[in-house]
Amino acid sequence: MKHETIETHAGILIVLTLIVISIGGLVEILPLYFIDDTVEEVKVDGIESVRPYTPLELRGRDLYQREGCYTCHSQMIRPFRDEKLRYGHYSLAAESKYDHPFQWGSKRTGPDLARVGGKYSNEWHVQHLVNPRSTVKESIMPNYGWFLENPLQFNDIADRMRALKLVGVPYSETQAEYELNIKNFGKEVANQLDITQAEANLIEQAVSKNYDGYIAEITEMDAMVAYLQVLGTMVDFKQFDDGYFATFR
Amino acid sequence: MSKEKKSQTVQTTGHAWDGDIQEFNNPLPTWWIWGFYITVVFAIVYWFLYPAWPVGDSYTKGMGNTVEYTTKEGEVVVTHWTTRALYQKEMQAAREQQAVQLAKYSKLSFDEIKKDDAMRAYAISVAKVLFADNCAACHQPGGAGLISMYPSLVDDDWIWGSDYKQIETSIRSGRKGVMPSFSKTLNEKQIDDVAYYVLNYSSKQNDFARVKNGKEIFNTNCAACHTQKGIGNIQLGAANLTDKIWTVAGITAKMKDKDKINSIKQVIKNGIAREMPGWENRFSDLEIKMLTFYVNELGSKQ
Ligand code: HEC
Ligand code: HEC
Ligand code: HEC
Repeated sequence: MKHETIETHAGILIVLTLIVISIGGLVEILPLYFIDDTVEEVKVDGIESVRPYTPLELRGRDLYQREGCYTCHSQMIRPFRDEKLRYGHYSLAAESKYDHPFQWGSKRTGPDLARVGGKYSNEWHVQHLVNPRSTVKESIMPNYGWFLENPLQFNDIADRMRALKLVGVPYSETQAEYELNIKNFGKEVANQLDITQAEANLIEQAVSKNYDGYIAEITEMDAMVAYLQVLGTMVDFKQFDDGYFATFR
Repeated sequence: MSKEKKSQTVQTTGHAWDGDIQEFNNPLPTWWIWGFYITVVFAIVYWFLYPAWPVGDSYTKGMGNTVEYTTKEGEVVVTHWTTRALYQKEMQAAREQQAVQLAKYSKLSFDEIKKDDAMRAYAISVAKVLFADNCAACHQPGGAGLISMYPSLVDDDWIWGSDYKQIETSIRSGRKGVMPSFSKTLNEKQIDDVAYYVLNYSSKQNDFARVKNGKEIFNTNCAACHTQKGIGNIQLGAANLTDKIWTVAGITAKMKDKDKINSIKQVIKNGIAREMPGWENRFSDLEIKMLTFYVNELGSKQ
């Protein structure tokens, strides 16, 4: 094809440009799907440590994205000593394998949140999200008062899970998928991943844990805090030898 | 440079649009071209020295770039260059550098640390950093606390006990301060009287009938946790009600008695559910020891 033909046909030019610039991405990304060590194996007694989010946590994650928390917070602890001292063990690829899209980021206006789960009480998170300056005087994080006011919308939770299932997150719909989940994650987790029970599970978790401190209603705060409290808590690093995860690189 | 001059010296690409619009073919500067060639050479050298090319389910590991480190378990590992191996090496170096100092700490008792000025200063400087990163969001920088939410650690009033062992348990396993709400079990008058009685512990009130009535209610409903004397119980984390320090009720010395009673009534009506998270999964034993020492020092200053 002659140079002039390409330059004078915008359609062809666009398609060819896209092909050329995608080569760089494909060369870097595609092989990772075939390399064994890309995602670490994290199993304790044959059970996968990292699991997909429960319905309530999943809604919390959606809110995290809706509010753009990622514009100030990363979720990626890098393998350096200072990071370890500040935030905890470095993040594993396995820990974000069910994140679509992942929340790694590199913008740290606020601290990294990859291991914030369990660091504070639910009570603190509620107070902090409503008004960060009531707990951390010099904070520049915005107030998110509406989390407590807005009832959580979850009638579409099954569809949200189905969408993630399409990109490979093992939520189950059929009996066979459910049984596979029992094998991989254990029964308790498998029940949470069952799309047909999604709504009931979400209500159960929100009511029994009552993250926001209000019994009368399931608010967005319930979901947000449930999500924050699970971040970085799935892998119990005491179960693995020091250096085990370094062997995957 | 004028247009005419340029068109004389610079070639065109040979394309022409609308008859007369042409495109100059300006060659890139030589220094730029050389810069480009150098990056190409750099890349090729890099491919040989570092992990680079995917091959099937693995990848080339590079040559002459081994990293050697010792794990915490004492296993010596030799591997190709990876950031995780470098991390292990960094951690190992820090461990070895601090080993002597830290070994001393794990042997010393708290009292011995306290007596040795240098040891004391080092423990406090380590703990201060840990405290700022992890505890200050609740207990506030310096440990002053937030009235009614997070107890002050700088006073000498302890909900769960003041000795090292008890403070260590508070930090290691966390604490749950739970008191039931009495809004359903007691009526307004009863709550009023029992609050009056509670205030009477720390500042004497003069309506004896009310005190007497409150005392009865207190002994049946509250004494199981707070004891009849009202001094509280560190086993349950039940606050001491006889001192002038109010960790939950948020009472200050300047308040009028009426407002103090109202604050106490709020606590009795709402109940309490406060939580201190446990830290044993985040910190090493030694870090917990240093924090324990530091928190105790904070409290015993006054
Ligand atoms: C404008 C930037 C900004 C945005 C947007 C933001 N934060 Fe923050 N965040 C901060 C800063 C700064 C801090 C540190 C001070 C503090 O604790 O408030 C922080 C602290 C936090 C902490 C405590 C972390 C720790 O380890 O102490 C949590 C949890 C948190 N943010 C959650 C969120 C969530 C959830 C959202 C979205 C709803 C959000 N943040 C949005 C700036 C931001
Ligand atoms: C999420 C907020 C939060 C964080 C973070 C937190 N604490 Fe606490 N802490 C509390 C609360 C709430 C209590 C009171 C528990 C109760 O009501 O009985 C408490 C109680 C304590 C006590 C017992 C006080 C007493 O009077 O007996 C100690 C000691 C303590 N914290 C130390 C720490 C240290 C050290 C850290 C950091 C490693 C820390 N706390 C981090 C909320 C927090
Ligand atoms: C199940 C045990 C329990 C019972 C019963 C109980 N309390 Fe408490 N109370 C607690 C605990 C635990 C705390 C401290 C909570 C904390 O620090 O988070 C507390 C705190 C308080 C405080 C706040 C003290 C302060 O320093 O601010 C008041 C006031 C109080 N109780 C009054 C009462 C009265 C009056 C009754 C009876 C009507 C009562 N309590 C019954 C466990 C109990």
